Amino acid sequence: MSARRIFAGPARLAAIAPYLWMVLFFLVPFGFVFKISLSQTAIAQPPYTPVFDFTEGREALAAAFGQLSFDNFRLLISDNLYILSYLRSVMVAVTSTVILLVIGYPVAYGMARLPRRWQAVAMVLVIVPFWTSFLIRIYAWINILQHDGLLNRILLALHLVSSPIVWLSTDTAMYIGIVYSYLPFMILPLYATLAKMDASLLEAAGDLGASPRQAFWLVTVPLSLPGIGAGALLCFIPIVGEFVIPDLLAGSNSLMVGQTLWLEFFTNKDWPVASAAAVTLLALLVPPLVLYDRLQRRQLEGNS
Amino acid sequence: MARAVTSMTRFNITALALGLAFLYLPIVILVIYSFNASRLVTVWGGWSLRWYVEFFNDRAMMEAAWMSLLVAGLSATLATVLGTLAAIGLARGERFRGRTLFSGMLYSPLVMPEVISGLSLLLLFVALNAERGFWTVTVAHTTLTMCFVTVVVQSRLTSLDRSLEEAAMDLGCDPVRAFLLVTLPLILPAIIAGWMLAFTLSLDDVVIASFTTGPGSATLPIRIYSEVRLGVKPEINAICTLMIALITVLIVAASLASRISSAQGESGAPL
Repeated sequence: MSARRIFAGPARLAAIAPYLWMVLFFLVPFGFVFKISLSQTAIAQPPYTPVFDFTEGREALAAAFGQLSFDNFRLLISDNLYILSYLRSVMVAVTSTVILLVIGYPVAYGMARLPRRWQAVAMVLVIVPFWTSFLIRIYAWINILQHDGLLNRILLALHLVSSPIVWLSTDTAMYIGIVYSYLPFMILPLYATLAKMDASLLEAAGDLGASPRQAFWLVTVPLSLPGIGAGALLCFIPIVGEFVIPDLLAGSNSLMVGQTLWLEFFTNKDWPVASAAAVTLLALLVPPLVLYDRLQRRQLEGNS
Repeated sequence: MARAVTSMTRFNITALALGLAFLYLPIVILVIYSFNASRLVTVWGGWSLRWYVEFFNDRAMMEAAWMSLLVAGLSATLATVLGTLAAIGLARGERFRGRTLFSGMLYSPLVMPEVISGLSLLLLFVALNAERGFWTVTVAHTTLTMCFVTVVVQSRLTSLDRSLEEAAMDLGCDPVRAFLLVTLPLILPAIIAGWMLAFTLSLDDVVIASFTTGPGSATLPIRIYSEVRLGVKPEINAICTLMIALITVLIVAASLASRISSAQGESGAPL
């Protein structure tokens, strides 16, 4: 269509401002993270050397380049604390994603099987908690899980336990918090693919002799793989770098990467090591990020 | 053979009900306990508003709340303008150079761990010698939330019938007028939803604000976070309840707005 082509020109012009904004405030900052991850720690403000100063000419810049070092990365590899925190982050993220899938799939499936008009209501009900502050939702769980909190009092009243159980500062509490916070992110993509699925495919499977269970595993699950992928990535990637939930709910004896990065930055004031930790975390997340970008693009630009 | 499809109904309903209960119960409990007269958070001492009074008399908390509301309002507005422009570029710009980079920059912050975004923005601000405080947090929140606005508005634009704006242009509108008169009213519910999403995300953020703010200018979530680390306080329940009430009012207002505009034409927003 010619009208379509005429429209494209101004539309591209519209993109210039956000384009420049994202280059300046999203892309360029990564350059600084890379640069400072190669700097030396110093007791100064800002606490690292060398500081690039583009006004000092080429020689000063070259000298600054000469001072770059991989010491921070060497530290990350040699110190068990960091390696363990990366391993723990990946493990926590994998475990949480699996739990989320196990809980989220039946809910999304239930939503997709509701009558049409109830589906819209159920969707709103799943989205609304996502609108309430994430910090509030974690705080709500601290209320419930604390020593004399609601959960322990119910368990005591039902005589299921004889003395209060310690919930806070445990991995159990952290997993509850993560699953609770990320559940809508798992349910919505799953629901989107399940709702689009053609029910006659299941009927066909039934006509051909499949039991409902077989039809589910052989037809429904394979067809919902894109939703499973999107939901899993939407949860896995941010959970790897999660800070607030493990900080508030888990114990302090083993940390996730987000926590070590925070500690290096805010407590130890070691910006270069914090940057190196961020670069390593980013490197770890590039494959899932690329996959996620591709899924997102396909979903949003599918018809073009 | 509808049986194969509907046979799991009881299981479905149970799963759905349990899932929703899991999502809502903690919030309901929090709201109820914010009206608790007792200082002990877990002992019920009758209904009372004393923790709300305490909050309104807490100067530090009130200052933080104002700063947060200002940052959220300003950054959401900026993010809505930039995000909508970006969505138009992606949904209507066809192919252009740097398009993949553009969409990559817009989609990856949606899942990027906040510690990375926060740290990288802080290093930029330090390199630019910007004074950290209100404006740096606003810029940081604009950057993050405009990506959410883009996705919401773009999905609306993509699902829109393009023949409408093409018809307007065939009838003599230039592209800008066709957009303002035809497209914009149709995507308005999505733009409003995008603004609200940006507002709530900004009002919610601890990590990025902690990195990008300066000494002496803490946002409400930063204050709440440092209080929560020390333990549960009934005043926090009251603040959280007020925030939930604010968001609820916004959601209701937005859904009314989208119903009014959908009465004039198309259906509501995706989020």
